Amino acid sequence: MNDSPARLPLRTAAAVKLGNLSSTLSQKMGLGAGGMIGGRVALKLDPQALNRLTQGRRVAVVTGTNGKTTSTMMLARAVGALGEVATNHSGANMPDGHVTALSKQPDAPYAVLECDEAYFPAVAGASNPSVAVILNLSRDQLDRVGEVRTIERSLRDAVNKLQNCTIIANCDDVMVTSAAWNAPKVVWVATGTGWHHDSASCPRCGNPIRWQGEHWHCTGCDLARPHPNWITADEAMITPEHQKLELRLTLPGKFNQANAVMASAAAHAMGVPADEAVRRLRSVSNVSGRYRTIQRNGRSARLLLSKNPAGWSETLTVVKEANHPAVLVINANEADGRDLSWLWDVPFERLQGRTVIASGERATDLAVRLTYAEVQHSIVPDPLKAIDQMPQGAVEVIANYTAFRDLNARAAADE
Amino acid sequence: MSESTIQIALVLPDLLGTYGDFGNAVVLEKRMKWRGVKAEIVPINYGQPVPDSCDIYVVGGGEDTAQTLAVKHLREHPGLQRAVTKNAVVLGVCAGIQIFGESFTRADNVTHPGMGLIDSSSHAGGSRAIGEVVAEPINGLFAGPLIGFENHQGRTTLGPAARPLANVKVGTGNDGSVEGAVQGRIVCTYLHGPVLPRNPALADMLIEWATGTKVAPIDLPAVAAMRAERVRAAS
Repeated sequence: MNDSPARLPLRTAAAVKLGNLSSTLSQKMGLGAGGMIGGRVALKLDPQALNRLTQGRRVAVVTGTNGKTTSTMMLARAVGALGEVATNHSGANMPDGHVTALSKQPDAPYAVLECDEAYFPAVAGASNPSVAVILNLSRDQLDRVGEVRTIERSLRDAVNKLQNCTIIANCDDVMVTSAAWNAPKVVWVATGTGWHHDSASCPRCGNPIRWQGEHWHCTGCDLARPHPNWITADEAMITPEHQKLELRLTLPGKFNQANAVMASAAAHAMGVPADEAVRRLRSVSNVSGRYRTIQRNGRSARLLLSKNPAGWSETLTVVKEANHPAVLVINANEADGRDLSWLWDVPFERLQGRTVIASGERATDLAVRLTYAEVQHSIVPDPLKAIDQMPQGAVEVIANYTAFRDLNARAAADE
Repeated sequence: MSESTIQIALVLPDLLGTYGDFGNAVVLEKRMKWRGVKAEIVPINYGQPVPDSCDIYVVGGGEDTAQTLAVKHLREHPGLQRAVTKNAVVLGVCAGIQIFGESFTRADNVTHPGMGLIDSSSHAGGSRAIGEVVAEPINGLFAGPLIGFENHQGRTTLGPAARPLANVKVGTGNDGSVEGAVQGRIVCTYLHGPVLPRNPALADMLIEWATGTKVAPIDLPAVAAMRAERVRAAS
């Protein structure tokens, strides 16, 4: 590779060194996973650290409401075909997480960065990406992130400013399409997934959006579903060269097929042949503990993460296939969003007739929702105890962000 | 009225459904159904005419652009306004309290005409009010406390024809001292949660207004536990 990263200025190099030291200390002292603290220290010492650390590398930034972590891991795995890839894991998806990841692999010529939607303009501005992936946009953490249309607006402005960047955009999502509509270079991907509840009206002119099958158009302006370059078919994808490739993913669900096709299109834009991209990303099986199964006292519990109505709706579809008992775990810490109104946007009615336990710090709020959904349930706030109270055999555990993080850490400690 | 089905109009859920306020309609429907009263939810989407024949109208919260579109639609298709003159029961949440008033002024200083259903005007406040709210219903209108989660920029001033719903103990509400509005059979509030799952007594008050019949409380342990938890967390 001739485009190896540029030498770091002294200030950045020192900041990176001190940052890495803090990460190591944080891990050694058992304070945290070290995913963010190092970057936080480095950014304090050198606010330009992100810009300097990405110079000379080819960067892809992945954003959207759902599927960021999985798609980032898939894309990093695929781009690994070209050389070493620096990437941020486990959802440390703000600038401090990016700086930490880049500092740890200073010589990697490629970087694949998962980015919180609210930070995308700053991160894209600083890192001069050659590829930006926008997966989907739907309501999530309204009290922290803000409303979907505000996010769409800020992504739109950011994307239009990017030079020499290919945008990989989901054309089955009205908000994403609007964000990427005027970008100089866009690759459109039909993902077949869509949460339409936030796009009854056009984000550009306010007139109603009309749907006809998979096609949609605005009744007031020229915004309409673009012709896709990549298509997600059933368990397969169709490339711009009309080649049909089987996905055969390890991960379940339609939304992971969508993530895989988005990641393949992005990898392709970075120079990885489509068939090689799919072959490599297929092996992703455990995304920061998601989808893994833990064994406890004769129960095998599959851990699933869902953070918002669109995510829960998809996950309830995945768990529908088998009628296993379900433990639902809800917290409402700052990272989850403190307002739980969104529970009423989730179709919990689909769980009628199942054995269900409401769990988590906000188990009673969930229990109220289940009561009105006429889903029989009991309340056990501790999710591990909830699993133990289920009949022996397979159990599905669906948890939101901090609930999942805490449960996953406790389960890992038990193993 | 006891023989007929109570129709709950869910007004523009595609524009004003951002904060789970659909839950308010579900709670009304289920609490009637569990008591043997026939009830159904009638969604009225953007682009459709608004009927004036429903018994209860539920209007939720929405984003700024959606709110502007909603008020435009509701003024062009004035079914809700006609229903109010026929004594329909109306619940307006968040955006609801703003668009039902005489006018609302945004952060950009543009004043939009409201629907003129309640004697109030709203304007943008300095900072966004976000967090848990606890308030005491005024004159024992229903069993308190009134609890919910607020997330709004607007502040609302009531005129003499509208009364506030509750006195604020924790949170901001309309202006830091009172929360919501009541005028005739229209109830407005800034509170999400959604508000009716959080406050079964308020839901039952609306049901009594719509059916003309007193109802007995329903014992739901999860609701009682959640209310106690939320009040503890807020104070």
